[in-house]
Amino acid sequence: MTRLTRVPGLARAAILHFLFIVAQTGLAQSLAPVRIAIIDPQSGAFAATGETAYLQLQFAADYYYNEHGGILGGRPIEIVALDNKASVADTQQQLRRAISEGIQVVVSGNGSAPASALSQAIERHNRRNPDQRVLFLNYAAVDPALTGADCSFWHFRFDSDSDMKMEVMTQAIAANPDIHRVYIIGQDYSFGTAVAASATAMLAGKRPDIEIVGNELHPIGQVKDFTPYVSKIVASGADAVITGNWGADMVALARSIIDAGLDVPIYTFYGAYDGITATLGEAGKHRIRLVHNDLPNPLTSEEHIAFNRAFKARYPNKDVTQPRIATALKMLVTAMEKTGSTEPFAVATAMEDLRVTNMDGEEVWMRGSDHQAFEDLHVSVQTDEGIVFDADNSGFGLLAELTVPARETVRPSTCQMTRPTQ
Amino acid sequence: MIDVLIFATLNGLVTGLLLFLLASGLTLIFSMMGVLNFAHASFYMLGAYCAFSIGQYTGFWPALILAPVLVGGFGALVERYGLRHVHKSGHVAELVFTFGLAFLIEQAVQSFWGADTKNYQPPALLDFPLFTLFGQDFPAYKAFMLLVSIGIFIGLYWGLTRTRTGMIIQAATSHPQTVANLGHNLPLIHTLVFGAGSALAALAGVLAGPVLTTFPGMAATLGSIVFVIVVIGGLGSLTGALVASLLIGLLQSWAIAVDVGMADLLHWVGVEFPPDHPLKDIWRLSLPQLAPVLPYLLLVLMLIFHPSGLFGKREG
Repeated sequence: MTRLTRVPGLARAAILHFLFIVAQTGLAQSLAPVRIAIIDPQSGAFAATGETAYLQLQFAADYYYNEHGGILGGRPIEIVALDNKASVADTQQQLRRAISEGIQVVVSGNGSAPASALSQAIERHNRRNPDQRVLFLNYAAVDPALTGADCSFWHFRFDSDSDMKMEVMTQAIAANPDIHRVYIIGQDYSFGTAVAASATAMLAGKRPDIEIVGNELHPIGQVKDFTPYVSKIVASGADAVITGNWGADMVALARSIIDAGLDVPIYTFYGAYDGITATLGEAGKHRIRLVHNDLPNPLTSEEHIAFNRAFKARYPNKDVTQPRIATALKMLVTAMEKTGSTEPFAVATAMEDLRVTNMDGEEVWMRGSDHQAFEDLHVSVQTDEGIVFDADNSGFGLLAELTVPARETVRPSTCQMTRPTQ
Repeated sequence: MIDVLIFATLNGLVTGLLLFLLASGLTLIFSMMGVLNFAHASFYMLGAYCAFSIGQYTGFWPALILAPVLVGGFGALVERYGLRHVHKSGHVAELVFTFGLAFLIEQAVQSFWGADTKNYQPPALLDFPLFTLFGQDFPAYKAFMLLVSIGIFIGLYWGLTRTRTGMIIQAATSHPQTVANLGHNLPLIHTLVFGAGSALAALAGVLAGPVLTTFPGMAATLGSIVFVIVVIGGLGSLTGALVASLLIGLLQSWAIAVDVGMADLLHWVGVEFPPDHPLKDIWRLSLPQLAPVLPYLLLVLMLIFHPSGLFGKREG
């Protein structure tokens, strides 16, 4: 079974990629590729999220580097997708596989539980095997503990953590005078709990008059039908909903809220793309809001527009959902070029306090003390007005309503990092 | 509170009857062929995806008929050219065969349709709230789901007990050799029953797709619960499947609606824990959190105390 990890769902992409590599061999024939493993769900309930991330990483590697002669004097970047089915056990197994294949960089993000397992396993592995170290680039797992209590020298996060996002989300909620009663619902694991706790605390600080009328956790990926939960939301008299749900749990929850005719704003972390926007369509207009790092619309940066168009040309049915994946790759490559090697310790050290410019022309800073990146945060709304780059080819997309500059999102570091000596 | 309970009941009925559509096919196949079909929920998923694709050309209504027919035909082929050959090697081989089939179908669906959620919507004709109670809409489409499910139950019951084909099928479950000796084509009956069971699962998928969303994980989230229903209802019993489906549907719905926790229960019997007690995670468990495991709890209890299920006949 373990050999079958590159799933048929990616077959087309894999073939395209293969052809591309064949075409490239003239360029970087004799040089060994720099291999990067992406350990994320490629099958199961959360496959869509993992697949999109893989395609974006692959595309960014080709677009920025492989099509321009590779990195480190001509080495191509090779992306290897390893399927963890969003499970902790599979994540650890795939990490062992990546290590045994000599891969030095692991990218992952879908779910704080697998990410946390990965971070701990890598910390342990690197301590025991100093000549076989691995670097972990986390582009989406947002549990604050990953750069806080459980921080690791080998872990770098390119997504704002859930506290930073909640700070911005509650800022948007506090600015809406129509909201008085908020219902919080989330998946029952570390991230869902963190969202609920920070929402409660931050709303109390910003708008003490807002009442939390419900705080519900449901099992992740297990709920068939959210209607019973929605009945409770309706009964609570809530006039806004906050959720950290993602993947199938996000779309099913929003679907049930809309089917119940409950017309309240839904503040989410992940309520768009991968079929979610198309499924919600008109019903989600002006209702679904998202707090995220990635500016969706309006775009002013030529580089970002060109990147989106080129991605769409290759994958007409996919969207650029996470430009920060390209930022993560850029930071990695910058650090590799700086040190002239792929050795994880050297690269990690070079990445500390590194600043790179992302495709929107913004400077992204990787804080050295806890390895948390800082980028602008946006609150966007689902709409079909003023959308140049839509989601799911539905005509609907996200429009940024509120932008908080990176420097205002900085929270003090709480990380007590144990640094390897060499 | 009462508003939540009323909606929980309505919703429990919708879910329960949907589960019945799935369980009825499964129990029919089991009572006839002795095969627990692990791929049953995959046919449900195929139904939803086929209806989504067909619906893009024909609209919802033709797809409602065409998708189950198509998937039923596929199910019949699976029986005729797959399961029938495996049958010679015994039940374990059949079980493993259907198990493998489930994985194959899931991967095939994902590579053909993609991993993202499909934009599968209820038909415009039914896209309105039937009534609004305590500020919550009850979609007309859900009422339609209820009606179709009840119709299927009545149709199945009538078909199995009142028609000639139904009698032969019933006879074939209890006395296969006699039926074969009377000149009936037993293998053909098996193919038909398997096809019909798959078509019922597909119909459930067509109905559920727009409400429960259509994505590659939809089979996995429903698959295990269907087995629970079949076991609780009694393997091979149609009435049992109906009662157990409604029971599970309502139980899950109610459990989410009622905000009672361990703490309340302990408080009621006069026991209090300090908030920093080492067992605080257990003490803090609430009924809504337990809702998804309740069916499995019921399954375990049923197997311990009444292994033949609610309406099952003990195998002689």
